[in-house]
Amino acid sequence: MNGFGNIKTIAKRELRAYFSSPVAYVFIVIFLLLNGFFTFMVGGFFERGEASLANSFFMWHPWFYLFLVPAVGMRLWADERRVGTLELLLTMPIAPWEAIVGKFLASWLFLGLALVLTFPVVLTVNHLGSPDNGVIFTAYVGSWLMAGAYLAVSCITSAITRSQVVSFIIAVVACLFLILAGFPPVINLLQGVAGNWLVDVITSFSVITHFEGFQKGVLDSRDILFFLSVIGFSLFTTSVILRTHRTS
Amino acid sequence: MIKVENLTKIFGTKRAVDGISFTVERGEVLGFLGPNGAGKSTTMRMLTGFLPPSSGKVTVGGFDIAENPIPAKKLTGYLPESAPAYTDMTVHGFLDFAAEIRGLRGAAKKSAIGRVVELCFLKSVLHQNVDTLSKGYRHRTCFAQSIIHDPDILVLDEPTDGLDPNQKHEIRQLIRKMGEQKAIIFSTHILEEVDAVCTRAIIIDRGVIVANGTPEELRRKSEWAGAVTLRVNNVAEAAVQQKLNQLRAAKKIATATSGQRVTVTVFPRTAGDGDLTREVIAATNGWQVEELRTEEGRLDEVFRSITMPDTTGKEAGQ
Repeated sequence: MNGFGNIKTIAKRELRAYFSSPVAYVFIVIFLLLNGFFTFMVGGFFERGEASLANSFFMWHPWFYLFLVPAVGMRLWADERRVGTLELLLTMPIAPWEAIVGKFLASWLFLGLALVLTFPVVLTVNHLGSPDNGVIFTAYVGSWLMAGAYLAVSCITSAITRSQVVSFIIAVVACLFLILAGFPPVINLLQGVAGNWLVDVITSFSVITHFEGFQKGVLDSRDILFFLSVIGFSLFTTSVILRTHRTS
Repeated sequence: MIKVENLTKIFGTKRAVDGISFTVERGEVLGFLGPNGAGKSTTMRMLTGFLPPSSGKVTVGGFDIAENPIPAKKLTGYLPESAPAYTDMTVHGFLDFAAEIRGLRGAAKKSAIGRVVELCFLKSVLHQNVDTLSKGYRHRTCFAQSIIHDPDILVLDEPTDGLDPNQKHEIRQLIRKMGEQKAIIFSTHILEEVDAVCTRAIIIDRGVIVANGTPEELRRKSEWAGAVTLRVNNVAEAAVQQKLNQLRAAKKIATATSGQRVTVTVFPRTAGDGDLTREVIAATNGWQVEELRTEEGRLDEVFRSITMPDTTGKEAGQ
């Protein structure tokens, strides 16, 4: 069987596992409630009078994901190690990277599903005005890529430990760095003490900086590349960590 | 089918497995014995490619597990020690996954699942979640997973652990039957299992192979092998001791008295030649003999004398 088939089998099992427990439904409900609350109450969607979702809806996503994505990713490898199924998985006739990619893809698709279920917001803004749906589409793509980057980071932290709680906390801290590196108050603070070039380097690591373009309807290859390389690098690191566990 | 050469695994400073070599051919069931922490599970994890060896080589079906892991793993079925299974799935879902990852699809997958469900008696729990299963069922679910692709090679780490006596019996029968066409290696603490199932046994202690042979060969290493146990009535213990101690073929004797009866065991100088039995029978002339039997040798005693030399020495001196 080829690598694609193996990845599909692994991903299918992972997705099935998500929906056989209440965790998936709880996650989706919380995600949608948060989105609704922040968009309409905190974000002041109606008061703005804009036919756009950028400032009321998408701007919250980096912050929602900060807590929700590590919650999805924390069990990926920590649980396999705790229950012992890792031994089963890695003695099956598959390459370790196929398992890593398969499990990542399943969780990423799951996050994508949660994101798609926010469609009533799009219907609402289309009903009230005439927004640029192209911009909304690119913002959705950017949001999903950003979720993928968070998730890949959570994969690393999940591979480090057997404890889901530890994995969650480390992932939140790591993702917080990815946000804060581009958060305006932090940038202002940095500009006071560091040179411009250093600030540029730091902000170039931020998901917020790279997400901005998508929110404006720009599909910049550099932004796409940024998210994809965070994902690629993190999954590679995960494979190194899993290998190290077995050799030491 | 399985060839292990100078296999070594070092954890930190501890040599968990220290240069062991053996082979298992098709049609063989190899029992892997040893005290806890002797290196049984570590060896099996290296055979199945979960742990890379520190040095040495494992060849499975002609494929080097380190250089060519995928074809080697395709030939192998593995039941890990803790019998893990995905807890968030049903038994059927889990077996379906195992079958798919082994490349089975459609009708082939369906018949493979049907076959292992029947062999492992899982029908009644097929649609139950794995985390609601009792230990025995969970164990059999994982066992079912290991044979779902009808592999040529089976590596089973304590396959009967946690099963009730009936289930143990069924699984042993199954292993013995499958052993006719496959190469099987399984570890166990239970010595009766070696007799029931194995064609050959290896005893491993502190990472080193200390015995390797058929169950009969191992048993012959016991000081009980060829010993004669005798129960007589109305003869004084001292008289029995005196007479039997004079036998040429006797190495030593042990006696115990209860009421009028004396039970005595005579250990042979060399096992298996029948001299001792003949001499004992001749010596009992005139005694009321109630019981007389020749011992076959005890695996548990061999096991203990090999893996715990200090304590058996003390016992023998008593």
